[in-house]
Amino acid sequence: MAGLTLSGVGKSYGAVEVLKGIDLEIETGELVVFVGPSGCGKSTLLRMIAGLERITAGTLTIDGVRVNDVPPAQRGIAMVFQSYALYPHMSVRDNMAFALKIAGRSRDEIDAAVTRAARRLQLEPYLDRLPKALSGGQRQRVAIGRAIVRDPKVYLFDEPLSNLDAALRVATRIEIAQLKEAMPDSTMIYVTHDQVEAMTLASRIVVLADKGVAQVGPPLELYEKPRSEFVAQFIGSPAMNLLEGAISGTGETTEVRLAAGGGTIASKVPTEPGDKGRKVRVGIRPEDMEATDGEDYAFEGRVEILEALGEVTQLYFERADPEADPVIAKLAGVHAGLRGKTLRMTADPGRVHLFAGGRSLLWR
Amino acid sequence: MSPLLQGMVTILIGVGGCVGYFYAANLLLDRVIFPPSGRDPGRNISRANAVRPWLFLAPAMAALGLYLVYPVVGSFWRSLYNRDGGSFIGLGNYTDLAADPAFRTALFNNLLWVLVVPAASTFLGLIAAQLTDRIRWGNIAKSMIFMPMAISFVGASLIWKFVYANEADIGLINAIRAGLGFQDPIDVIQIPFWNTFFLMAILIWIQTGFAMVILSAALRGIPDETIEAAILDGANPFQIFFRVMVPQITGTIVVVWTTITILVLKVFDIVYTMTGGNFGTQILPSYMMSYMFKDDGRATAVAFVIMLIVLPVMVWNILQARKEMR
Repeated sequence: MAGLTLSGVGKSYGAVEVLKGIDLEIETGELVVFVGPSGCGKSTLLRMIAGLERITAGTLTIDGVRVNDVPPAQRGIAMVFQSYALYPHMSVRDNMAFALKIAGRSRDEIDAAVTRAARRLQLEPYLDRLPKALSGGQRQRVAIGRAIVRDPKVYLFDEPLSNLDAALRVATRIEIAQLKEAMPDSTMIYVTHDQVEAMTLASRIVVLADKGVAQVGPPLELYEKPRSEFVAQFIGSPAMNLLEGAISGTGETTEVRLAAGGGTIASKVPTEPGDKGRKVRVGIRPEDMEATDGEDYAFEGRVEILEALGEVTQLYFERADPEADPVIAKLAGVHAGLRGKTLRMTADPGRVHLFAGGRSLLWR
Repeated sequence: MSPLLQGMVTILIGVGGCVGYFYAANLLLDRVIFPPSGRDPGRNISRANAVRPWLFLAPAMAALGLYLVYPVVGSFWRSLYNRDGGSFIGLGNYTDLAADPAFRTALFNNLLWVLVVPAASTFLGLIAAQLTDRIRWGNIAKSMIFMPMAISFVGASLIWKFVYANEADIGLINAIRAGLGFQDPIDVIQIPFWNTFFLMAILIWIQTGFAMVILSAALRGIPDETIEAAILDGANPFQIFFRVMVPQITGTIVVVWTTITILVLKVFDIVYTMTGGNFGTQILPSYMMSYMFKDDGRATAVAFVIMLIVLPVMVWNILQARKEMR
């Protein structure tokens, strides 16, 4: 049985619809990450699950029970906010104990729960401090502790690491991963705009775009088999290169003649004979681009900008049409001398994506 | 000249005078006293900059000295003299005060005022701020509650004289009583002991608006997330208000409370207008007024006592306000 299901869930503010027709099944014990561009409604969706926003269409169930109209506190969820949202006038101990006090639990029970959570999060030395006397990372741990103490069925994280600096973000990310491992039966939903967090933490990623779900799947499936140009460009950094072309050969392996430069490239995406001549866009990730001397190539151009990062070198190619998206290649290692050179780039046919009308030909 | 024109001319002269003073003083400093030229222009510029703050402060310091510091010292000095200021009697006025039962009544009443008015105004203001915050006609309600702030104490007292009037045709209280079937009207401001509270109601009516405006701003400054976290933690609206929101604005509450306290210790108009200090309603400022021009020695002694009482509240108020600003 699914831990949490959304069916046909939508949200509108008056006449303005921000989310519609969202269907999602989240199993108990999963860590699902919502990602999407700013304003795609990922935080709104999380807040709807939390009960902080009313659900205006569809059904939300937790553990098989419809909870659309159940008050937040009785849904069995706990939320960790981006801004921590600690009660500034309460000590760490009182912050964590507040929900249990409200629920009228016994003092021993509260003490035990707080102590357990504090030990797990290494917060014991700080229990009597006020939040303002803590560092950002410690505050975020208190916020997580406040959630743990309530022993919820579902944990909701709303960009919990965005207010931390880079080093602390990595450390806290690993802590959250460990926490998840220590609590295999808890379901977690995590909203972020950080791809690395999404890729490393998620058992499944939900990409939200255009008021709905663009694609749901394990992180690597989204990376390797994006359903649409949007997902392809959203996952991975720098974004996937997209080049105009037309199908010139069909079958198990498809051949595409590119509009600019006149090269031809093969793709392992199968096509049917009827597809011949169809206009497509060829998608190649910068890290899959490789230089070639042969006649089959996806792109030919002069290296305009070269970024040497040591571990990799990023090449930005000059484009005939200045309005077009840049073409970027990411080569392993150091390639200092390539600036100003003209290169032919190709890619392994297994790593060449084809899109028509924004949708992947692999998923039709 | 009509009063309106007079007022406008006064404003023009006042504002123009200020602008003119700062402009001329700066010009004098930069061009004549320390011009950025000659043998060492750099030193002249830094000298001019060291002088400039004092230049700007000078008018304020002169005004404060003339109208605040000098009167304090002068009043204290006057309070050590007798009725007509002819002979020095030391602390005689103060010992007389201590022996006067009317003074003790005023002191006791003032204590009641200080306890009740700030507490009631702040509490009602807080409730009004919260209740008007999320409703459509909240702003209209807020304006209505705030409006008494714009009325002078004497004006407010006159309005309430009608409310308390000893006649069912005029007085609201007696009209209600008559409506409930009571025959004889009562004069509420003559009921011993309780009449003090009826007078306090006027000041509470005025000050609730002030408390509401300040506290409403403070309540809006509370991060929404802490309230949402409390909702998720299962707190009901009362628990959210009293255990999560109010503790976060204690600083502001203290500032409002002490500000009203200081005001309470200074307001004489209400008692003066309503009862003239009769029927056991005397408070220190009105007690002081009753001696003014008759026995200035004793009146200034009362003024000094009031100042001593206000001072600690004032210090606390300023400290809290500074803490809030940080």
